[in-house]
Amino acid sequence: MTEKEEEARLDMIETENLTRKFGDLTAVDNLTLRVDEGEVFGFLGPNGAGKTTTVRMLCCLISKTSGSARVGEFDVGKEEDALKIRRIVGFVPDNVGLYDSLTAYENLDYYGTLYRRTDSQRKESNEYFLKMLGLWEKRDTMAGTFSKGMKQKLAIARALVHDPEVIFMDEPTANLDPEASKGVREFILELKREKKTIFLNTHNLDEAERVCDRIGIMNTKLMAVGTPEELERSVRGRRTEIQLRQVTDAILDSLKKLKLRNLVREGNKLTVDVVNPEEENPDMVSAIVGAGGRVESVTVAGSTLEDAYLKLVRDAP
Amino acid sequence: MSTWMPWKIAQKEMKVLRRKKSVISYIIALPLILSVLFSLVVQNDIVSSSGLSPDYQLGLDSLTYFFVVFAAILPASIAAYSIVGEKIEKSLEPLLSTPTTDGEILLGKSIAAFLPPMLAIWAGASIYMAATDYLTYGLLSHLYFPNLTSGVMLFLLAPLAGIFSVELAVIVSSRVSDVRGANQAGGLLFIPFMAVFLSAVEGTIPFDAETLLIFSGIVLVADVALFFVSTSTFRREEILTKWK
Ligand SMILES: Nc1ncnc2c1ncn2[C@@H]1O[C@H](COP(=O)(O)OP(=O)(O)OP(=O)(O)O)[C@@H](O)[C@H]1O
Ligand SMILES: [Mg+2]
Repeated sequence: MTEKEEEARLDMIETENLTRKFGDLTAVDNLTLRVDEGEVFGFLGPNGAGKTTTVRMLCCLISKTSGSARVGEFDVGKEEDALKIRRIVGFVPDNVGLYDSLTAYENLDYYGTLYRRTDSQRKESNEYFLKMLGLWEKRDTMAGTFSKGMKQKLAIARALVHDPEVIFMDEPTANLDPEASKGVREFILELKREKKTIFLNTHNLDEAERVCDRIGIMNTKLMAVGTPEELERSVRGRRTEIQLRQVTDAILDSLKKLKLRNLVREGNKLTVDVVNPEEENPDMVSAIVGAGGRVESVTVAGSTLEDAYLKLVRDAP
Repeated sequence: MSTWMPWKIAQKEMKVLRRKKSVISYIIALPLILSVLFSLVVQNDIVSSSGLSPDYQLGLDSLTYFFVVFAAILPASIAAYSIVGEKIEKSLEPLLSTPTTDGEILLGKSIAAFLPPMLAIWAGASIYMAATDYLTYGLLSHLYFPNLTSGVMLFLLAPLAGIFSVELAVIVSSRVSDVRGANQAGGLLFIPFMAVFLSAVEGTIPFDAETLLIFSGIVLVADVALFFVSTSTFRREEILTKWK
């Protein structure tokens, strides 16, 4: 393998036992995590889980207490790497933090300046993003007069003016109405198509499921990490619900012979844990019919990301 | 075009200031109003048909000194405005995530807080001094201004006072979350500068270039001391974890 290829294989973000304490309070506890290049990584967790603290450490905004972290090829916490990291990351804070008395264009342009872009680079990217967001007509309007959705999109664009390798977004759709959230989500998906690495803090499960390749569930400690499907499966298998006209002892006896897991009877409804519903459901139905039962409906309830999330967050010590 | 980052930051700050009519009129108007007012005082109270009043030197120098007092007050208001303003808009955090250093940001904001009031003060003082020369030349048969005392006041003591003012505002801004609180702290600077003035009027200390040089030295020492406090207050880590 050449050196170049080896470099390309590097994960974009890597942390090992990354920890941050505020006095006696541990906000982030031994976080070990990897995010691949081009991946949209969702960082999911309840209020106070340490999401913002993690992102602030990774952007070299605040120091770490212990552990190590790398962004791109630079070390978090190394004095001379802090500027280099900030040069390759884009950061969208939980509060948009635009300058209300600067126009949309001036807000973007100022950040272009801070990232030391040339006049022509800035002109080009300002126009590109404002047009992409449908804000070109409003480029000379003060950002303070924008709706929350417009502000949020502008704040994301502001984090992109220097074409960063990694974008950290802290709850970009919190406080937005469904329509505005959708706009922001589409923007994120657009960035995903451009193969940007995105680290997305959120407590919106639906959003995480829709846009993220992998999700980490955080509650001071990292509770689980995986694709949305892996997390769903990790909580428990799925459950089959069978609605019968009448449950009889004969039916229950013949079902017991199938060695089912967690068979529960609720009136005339039976629920069973299944691993492989395609195989197990027909067996159950024929056992029921063989015992003289009549099946009204069979439904498979999959566990959702929400189940996984709630279980992990609630079961935390 | 300059590529010096603090200057670019200062330019943006001054652009925001220009859009805040109340702030800009306060900075520009005060020294100018003062210059007109003081010229009238010279005309009515110091110059009369019988000649100059006997303590005219103290009178003219005292009026010049008021420009120094404003140099101690105005920059603090602007610095507080630009820092507390960013706190309110929550725009400091994204700003700190860019590859600018804390020092560049602090210096940029300081320049923007220092330069406009200082220019306004110099302009106001120039008007006052020109008017005074015009009114007194016939009686003195030499130009009273510029002289050493006013030079020390305007080009040494006033800038040093302005720097002190900015530094104090930075420190106060980290503790308060509204501009008024920071303004009040800036107003506190009024006290030491007025104390020097009153002692001079009372005759406790002479009001000459030498005394003003000593006072400038004291302010310089205070500037250096506050520099270290203000730069350690204005650090990313502090701003994001300790500022209220
Ligand atoms: N500057 C600070 N000083 C003291 N404690 C802090 C500070 N910042 C964060 N914390 C604490 O660290 C913990 C994690 O906070 P953090 O803001 O990272 O959580 P979060 O996951 O982003 O939550 P949210 O969803 O509410 O944004 C919380 O208990 C919080 O009170
Ligand atoms: Mg947060």
